[in-house]
Amino acid sequence: MHRLWDVCRYVPRLRDRDSIRELVDSRVKHMKKKYLCTGNEACGEGAMRAGCRFYAGYPITPQNELTAYMSVRMDEVGGTFIQAESEVSAINMVFGASVAGARAMTSSSSPGISLKQEGISYIAACELPVVIVNVMRGGPGLGNIMASQADYFQATKGGGHGDYHLIVLAPASVQEMFDFTYEAFALADKYRNPVMILADGTLGQMMEPLEFEENIPFSKGVSKPWALTGAKGRSAQHVKSLILGGKDETLEEHNLHLQEKYRKIIENEVRIETENVGGAEIILVAYGAMSRIGYSCVEAMREKGKKVGMMIPKTLWPFPYDEIRGIAEKNKHVKFLVVEMSSGQMVEDVRLAVQDDKRVFFYGRMGGGIPTEDAIAREILKIAK
Amino acid sequence: MKKIVTRPDSMKDADMHYCAGCGHGIIHRLVCEVIDELKIKETTVAVAPVGCAVLAYDYWGFDTTEAAHGRTPSVATGIKRVLPDRLVFTYQGDGDLAAIGTAEIIHAGNRGENISVIFVNNGVYGMTGGQMAPTTLLGQSTMTTPGHRKASRDGFPIKITEMMAVLPGVVYLERTTVTSPKEVMKTKKAIRKIFDIQLAKKGFSMVEVLSPCPTYWGMSPIESMKRIENEVIKEYPLGIIKDTAAM
Repeated sequence: MHRLWDVCRYVPRLRDRDSIRELVDSRVKHMKKKYLCTGNEACGEGAMRAGCRFYAGYPITPQNELTAYMSVRMDEVGGTFIQAESEVSAINMVFGASVAGARAMTSSSSPGISLKQEGISYIAACELPVVIVNVMRGGPGLGNIMASQADYFQATKGGGHGDYHLIVLAPASVQEMFDFTYEAFALADKYRNPVMILADGTLGQMMEPLEFEENIPFSKGVSKPWALTGAKGRSAQHVKSLILGGKDETLEEHNLHLQEKYRKIIENEVRIETENVGGAEIILVAYGAMSRIGYSCVEAMREKGKKVGMMIPKTLWPFPYDEIRGIAEKNKHVKFLVVEMSSGQMVEDVRLAVQDDKRVFFYGRMGGGIPTEDAIAREILKIAK
Repeated sequence: MKKIVTRPDSMKDADMHYCAGCGHGIIHRLVCEVIDELKIKETTVAVAPVGCAVLAYDYWGFDTTEAAHGRTPSVATGIKRVLPDRLVFTYQGDGDLAAIGTAEIIHAGNRGENISVIFVNNGVYGMTGGQMAPTTLLGQSTMTTPGHRKASRDGFPIKITEMMAVLPGVVYLERTTVTSPKEVMKTKKAIRKIFDIQLAKKGFSMVEVLSPCPTYWGMSPIESMKRIENEVIKEYPLGIIKDTAAM
């Protein structure tokens, strides 16, 4: 296995890219290579392979490997890397790159994401396809640099001002850090909407094998006739979020348009993994790194004959309400235990889905604490009584 | 009948929302005249600020976006890096550029971003009703400096253009005004200069235009022009502040 970093120098330059890809294509149809790398690096490579050619960021732990990785890779492919003077500036640089038609990304961790919220609201209002990575750490305030899931509300309920939604993807492995970031650019383009990768310090820092096709093409793009590239062969156009009303459009009409788009995303993009939910007495619900620990616990308990299932939301917005409600309605006795690295944020969405608070339980830790397999098992046994 | 003067091609036929005697209308037109002269209407992307000029895209017939308050140079940076062969400029007021966007303008300059900045300084927040701006003169009365601006309470007028001069990435800085046809032509020349500098890929350049705000200065348009000549210029002297562009 190679360190992902080591292979960087073999990645073709952007200008030679097509001819080299052709060469690879003619020799090997599906050449998959395996690497060992951190989640932060996998996320960066996923973005590069998706066709991201603009990155702006600001140093903050625990996502610094991602920024460093992008600085190397962008130079290699002739893309743009900017270490911005602030998180605020970084998100606005990404706004500019996206408005000019490029695939653009920024990343940060919790306190930095708070600073970006103004820009994210403008990006959502202007319907710009942008990918934002949040490698969450303990809060509130400066908190600490340990893994946390305490930014769930901020990510899924808006975060900045106004009525808007991000598409929020929750990877749970180094492989998914790559896969979800790769796909995030296609989703962002498809819906003209910002996409957030909601990871945490554990996912960012841990190393696992990563596999991807060496000649993987950029993730699916769309034409961007709205991009501001100069009014050549067409009339001048504007991308803006100030809508004072008048003959073109009122702000309410713009909001109705956004809500219509969000409905389409809800219809088409909900993703959740389920394990052994049929016949389960208790279903564990967790996302991200927490779902990995939860899954180990569920497996161990099933070996001991306990009827425990698992649901792992992969999109946090749109949230899989229908999928969870479907299970809750089919089996009127099944109970849900939501486990999070927070005071209980996703549990509110699970309660909305189940619509029976007596059947929804929560266990979580805060400030960088991680619920252990044993602690989750104890909670399951408590509920089973 | 022979037409002697007409609207620039890159200027839309629209009624402006600006108050009587405001300088924005003049400066908007100068930008359009220069763009027409350079024949770059189809390759220009502008970034409008938050402030009175937020609606610039209603008057400009070239691609324009609008940034969050003060983030204008960062948005322009993103556009220019993606489209290095387009002319990218920001148009910012003194609240946008010299207060909430201080970090963005300083660092865009320090990176030597190959963009042009038109900085309209009227010493007041016009869009929100005439509050004190960072550039408001000492002794000037505004909505938030009842009586007058006092250094002990409100600090001093900021000379951001002079501050920018120490940055190696900044190659051209000039301060002009629009108080007379002569000064208007000098302003046009300065705008042409900073666009030429960008097209020659020389780096970051900026023109600060001292502009009247009769409404919130509580003066007639003519009195406002006289105030610039008699008072404002003393604090903010006109002329080329820096030129290392070698053009």
